[in-house]
Amino acid sequence: MNKAIIATTSLAGCFGCHMSFLDIDEKILDLIELVEFNKSPINDIKKFTKMCDIGLIEGGCCNDENVHILKDFRAHCKILVSFGECAIMGGLPALRNTIPLQECLDEAYLNGPSVVGNNEKGIIPNDEELPVLLNKVYPCHEVVRIDYHLPGCPPKAELIWEALYALVTGNPLKLPYEIIKFD
Amino acid sequence: MNQLIEFRLDGVVCMGQKGQYIVDAASDNNIYIPTLCNIPGIKPRGACRICSVRVNGKLMTACTTPVSEGMDIESKSADIEDLRKAIIELLFTEGNHFCPACERSGNCELQALAYRYQMLVPRFKFQFSKRTVEASHPKLIKDHDRCILCKRCIRAIKDEKGRSIFAFGKRGHQVEINIDTKLSKNMTDEQALEAAEICPVGAILKKEQGFKDPIGQRKYDNEPIGSDIENLALQ
Amino acid sequence: MDKTVDVIIKKFNADKTRLMDILIDTQDEFGFIHESAADQISNTLDISRVDLEQTISFYHFFSTKPRGKYTVYINNSVVAHMAGRKDVVKAFEIEAGCKIGQVSHDGLIGLFNTSCIGMSDQEPSAIINGVVFTRLTRFRVKEIVKNIRAGIKVEDMFQASYGDGNNSLEIIKAVVNNHIMKKGPVLSLDYTFGNAILKIIKQNPKDVIEEVKLSNIRGRGGAGFPTGLKWDFCRQSIGERRYIFCNADEGEPGTFKDRVIMTERPRLLFEGMVVAAYAVGASEGILYLRYEYKYLHKYLDSILEEMRHMHFLGKNIGGKKGFDFDVRIQLGAGAYVCGEESALIESAEGKRGEPRDRPPFPVEKGYLGQPTIVNNVETLCAVVKVVLNGGDWYKSFGTSVSTGTKLLSVSGDCRYPGVYEVEWGFSVDDILEMIGAEQVQAIQVGGPSGTCIGPNEFDRILGYEDLATGGSMIVINNKRDILKDIVLNFTEFFIEESCGSCTPCRTLPILMKDKLIKIIEGKGVMQDLMDIERWSGIMKANRCGLGHTALNPILSTLKNFRHLYLDKIQKGVEFDTGFRLEEATKIGRLVTNRN
Repeated sequence: MNKAIIATTSLAGCFGCHMSFLDIDEKILDLIELVEFNKSPINDIKKFTKMCDIGLIEGGCCNDENVHILKDFRAHCKILVSFGECAIMGGLPALRNTIPLQECLDEAYLNGPSVVGNNEKGIIPNDEELPVLLNKVYPCHEVVRIDYHLPGCPPKAELIWEALYALVTGNPLKLPYEIIKFD
Repeated sequence: MNQLIEFRLDGVVCMGQKGQYIVDAASDNNIYIPTLCNIPGIKPRGACRICSVRVNGKLMTACTTPVSEGMDIESKSADIEDLRKAIIELLFTEGNHFCPACERSGNCELQALAYRYQMLVPRFKFQFSKRTVEASHPKLIKDHDRCILCKRCIRAIKDEKGRSIFAFGKRGHQVEINIDTKLSKNMTDEQALEAAEICPVGAILKKEQGFKDPIGQRKYDNEPIGSDIENLALQ
Repeated sequence: MDKTVDVIIKKFNADKTRLMDILIDTQDEFGFIHESAADQISNTLDISRVDLEQTISFYHFFSTKPRGKYTVYINNSVVAHMAGRKDVVKAFEIEAGCKIGQVSHDGLIGLFNTSCIGMSDQEPSAIINGVVFTRLTRFRVKEIVKNIRAGIKVEDMFQASYGDGNNSLEIIKAVVNNHIMKKGPVLSLDYTFGNAILKIIKQNPKDVIEEVKLSNIRGRGGAGFPTGLKWDFCRQSIGERRYIFCNADEGEPGTFKDRVIMTERPRLLFEGMVVAAYAVGASEGILYLRYEYKYLHKYLDSILEEMRHMHFLGKNIGGKKGFDFDVRIQLGAGAYVCGEESALIESAEGKRGEPRDRPPFPVEKGYLGQPTIVNNVETLCAVVKVVLNGGDWYKSFGTSVSTGTKLLSVSGDCRYPGVYEVEWGFSVDDILEMIGAEQVQAIQVGGPSGTCIGPNEFDRILGYEDLATGGSMIVINNKRDILKDIVLNFTEFFIEESCGSCTPCRTLPILMKDKLIKIIEGKGVMQDLMDIERWSGIMKANRCGLGHTALNPILSTLKNFRHLYLDKIQKGVEFDTGFRLEEATKIGRLVTNRN
């Protein structure tokens, strides 16, 4: 049997979902029997080298770079999975969504209590190298088509394992009550 | 007074008392109809619409409609269950429900319903409505982000003269629940706790306490909401 | 303590259930309900401030902040837009020096949008300090603002001429026109005021109800509940006293026939209330008058006073011992949902106009918990004729299912807008010919909550068996963009007017509006149309008619004008979230000076 090819990324997230992924402990040995990793921070492959079967997306989109990566994943993955609350609904980064971007940046770089004296020119970081912030943080499915969503902050390791196992083997997904949680 | 009547719920013949609300009569027959705005013992309001059932072909709220002799009620049909799920999702997208950062997570009835209904695929666009957090009241925090406008607090919490401490403000999608600045100053600790507990979500919190139940021991960590009613049926 | 506020509160006996009146008078006196007045009211009535505020903030015409010495409410209805509202708004903004939703710096002029004010046959219109201005033009706006700056009171601003009929009476003095284009049994003048009262008091109340039942007349507000049956239910309900409400909260955009009835046939209307009172045994009547029609308040009050003198109101009406009944006028304060009968009752009790849970129905437990009838203005008028001429006579009009006549409020793209009383059973084509409408693309029948039909359905007839309607007919010609000009405006109307109590009604129309805009902007895909259709079923879980019909503008056009949607969605694109990086980074680029 050909191994399924998997890619993962963390956009506007905290890598907590990836940590939870690694929490499958010894099952990781079973996993590598089933899958091969392509682009992913886990193996540090930076660019897609081939089409993948499954892409796991952690985090929502808070800047243009996130959007480009997400679109790249959509183009290279047959199945795309949002995993974790940030990918599904913006998560904690989206706390800023109720405040206009200008206000957020003004608070962070100009008016906030932690801004002390060293920004006299009132500069908001604008280097060409920096990604451009989006007006709000977007859940992934509001940018590209997402096939599955695994909730949790982070999603429980069992949930990630069960979902991947079901996707790769084609077996039905077992979802006992305890493993679906939003926190 | 207690006149027994017969009605059918999803084809099951049930007994109830005349004048009893459908949701209570169902519960007495160990059948769970999900509710959110309802509080047993207090005049219902039918605000959230989650308990919608079909009575003689028409959608009615089970919390406000009394059972009557021979009533034929549909509750578990696929379309009604999907309607309920949709309402839960609408509430999630209307407010700003950041479960991971919420004190009520695990004990939240909205979240519990989402678990029960396996809310896994977001169908509606998240609104990210501009809401505020009010911390000026001595005993309470009001986090409007999480408020689902169920009116429980409005209906249940009054001062000693029967005046409202909580009330609606504005209308339509701008509706919000406000706390009376003057009356909230005189709230006792018990009253503040009662207000926090009556809130199905984490919109009303009592100050200086929180996260008292460890993860794994919270109300809805291991058993779906409604299990208490349904488990009786299994015994 | 403010003496003026105190006088107002005392005028209504510090009665909590008269809170609407107290607030209206306070608002009228000061132009807004200021902090100390609110404190004083809540203290005197012994209700909490938040409780008071929940009523204040529900109604469009109440405000806790100053809205300008002259408060201009510009009608925001579809028909107003058709008639050139945009220019009028622009003129107001330029002349007043502030935008819509704001008050000018000097505090002189406030500009606000408002939902349909019932002047669709004479748009664009506005209400300034309670006075209605119709057929506004840029020039007229300039003149008005000039007068405002000169300190002239709005009442004194007209010099030329007032409207037709009673509109020019000293007690009304409105520039409003009646435009009665066709009279029928209800509007006809061959009737002597009071004869119906004098006739019924010789009868058994039950027989009066039987006659009404025989006529088969149904509620003219739109819902079409059989009137005789409603009366019968109320009569049979147990209560300490019974109430008759006349629903004059004519808020359905495009409707204005009740305004014309109240201007020209108020005696007929009140006689109808007396008839209803006799039939069901009611002792008190309330005419719930929408705030937009406040200019008729004094006039209507004067008619009531006249009726008291004639012994058609008060004690022992018409000499009938024990038949005591009187009517008071309850003003609304700007809320479409109050046209729903139980919301109207809530409002009349001084509360937020939120529809009640049913059962119990108002005929069982209505105003102050007592059996209550709520009838439309037109229904009550028609009932007088039924009583006078008999149910069989009434049935000779209309069709077998829909008896009698219907007053239509015709507006939009036609030569002769106005009020037409026609028998049920007229086809839409008949009406179009009558009103001088050409190159018609669509007719909005029954207002936003009704249905939008195209030429292929113009042979349909008006009646409960086919096209039921509360009477609003908005003609839309070939030049209009239905999605942008009509459907979007209607959808926004429902968003604005939802009471906010039921989850689906509060949340879903907003998502639907997003979808609609997405489609209008050319970002839509077939999936969006499917989503709209699938999601619309959720609205059935709402409590009231507003909630049930709030998506009708989208749904009825999606059904009857599907091609308009299909034209707008992307060809060959299956999936599109509507996300555009260019748009999403616009602010980010602007803030950081990057392009």
